Amino acid sequence: MAGGQERILRRRIKSVESTKKITRAMELIAATRVVKAQDRAASARPYSDEITSVIVDLLRAGAAKEHPLLRDNPTANVAAFVVITSDRGMCGGYNTNVLRMAERAIDAARAQGQGYSVIAVGKKAIKHFRFRGLQIDAEFEGMTDQPIYDNARDIAAAVRRRYESGELASVDLSYTRFLSSGVQQAVLRRFLPLETPAIDEAAGPSADLEYEPSPTGILNEILPRYLESRLFSALLDASASEHASRQRAMKAATENAEDLKTSLSRIMNRARQDSITTEIMEIVGGAEAMSADKGSAHELIPSHLEPQHAFPVHLDRTDHAPSIH
Amino acid sequence: MPLAVELVSPERTLFSGDATMVRARTVGGGDIAFLAGHAPFVGALAIATVEITLAEGGSEKAAVHGGFIEVSHDRVKILSDLAELSSTIDVERARKAQEKAQAAVQNGDDADAIAALARSTARLVAVEQFH
Repeated sequence: MAGGQERILRRRIKSVESTKKITRAMELIAATRVVKAQDRAASARPYSDEITSVIVDLLRAGAAKEHPLLRDNPTANVAAFVVITSDRGMCGGYNTNVLRMAERAIDAARAQGQGYSVIAVGKKAIKHFRFRGLQIDAEFEGMTDQPIYDNARDIAAAVRRRYESGELASVDLSYTRFLSSGVQQAVLRRFLPLETPAIDEAAGPSADLEYEPSPTGILNEILPRYLESRLFSALLDASASEHASRQRAMKAATENAEDLKTSLSRIMNRARQDSITTEIMEIVGGAEAMSADKGSAHELIPSHLEPQHAFPVHLDRTDHAPSIH
Repeated sequence: MPLAVELVSPERTLFSGDATMVRARTVGGGDIAFLAGHAPFVGALAIATVEITLAEGGSEKAAVHGGFIEVSHDRVKILSDLAELSSTIDVERARKAQEKAQAAVQNGDDADAIAALARSTARLVAVEQFH
């Protein structure tokens, strides 16, 4: 009885141990991915900074603010949401936080009598919204682990056409911002209409710039790129956050496995001890019964029975010489 | 005083260094070259080659497929969402793409084929293998 329990425990400890090995490996992989994702975000920054400063210069120079991406669509009554999640789980509350935030925003839009349109990025978002019975207008997967610029271009294209045609009233972006490797925050950001950077009108046009073709012409070219670049930095942020969350979740899992292993070994040792005690009791009891029958003291323990016969497995022997009890 | 040139793609900075001259082609505006002391300038780039004459001699060429150039205070910033330095261009592939695009243009000049032709030509010009 007791031996059976011990075997079961030993099997569980083994399985916890191998789970621990897996979570430890995932933790280490995630840790290197976080660093990589941060590097990528850092090397993407010059482009987005520069593109923003060019737009500021153009607006200062009096470029027409009539681009379809800048104006409101007063007749449209559909709010679009781009939701960026991961493809894989095992990353703690990372996906739940983003999805909850997005869903609350969708509910708010519906409560105001607006239509909604979901653009799901990442398998988790696709599955979640499908399960909730919400209509998904565009879905993207296989890009959030290590996003490339082409991914941003694809998503931007899906949104841009519909906004420019006046179908969408607004586009919001729901993703996880990477603040530091310890802190990530799910945020909901207005994506379209584009908010033009604040311009100090009093400053007037900055140093007479030459433009080719015209400020408005360049602005029309640059705004779609700006859209893509903002989406790209959101994707990079989300991917860094995903790996950081996964690293944390897997670290916790590894520690839990360690704790579980300790407590299971304790239970197992106790069970082993119990079974040894029971066996001793049985032998002693049996011997006493026999001595009560025969009444002779030297037959208390049969002469042919040595300790290794009584405890073949459990006796932790330090010396291997046969005992002459 | 040399020009501080940066060639930036959305994913990384492709080139950063000092140059004596930068030559680029703007949309509909033809080629334009920048020397130190050029007036502030912002332009939209055509699908073409950008040539950067390095301060320490030699030159760096890159094929840019659209993008922007900003010049001010002797700093030149070239932003392009698709840019390739000549050293990273696959000549064989570019040549094949050019032949294919040329055939497509001759069959019927749709915008895609013309753009593909311009792209492959820009790549080949960047590696100076264009005839």
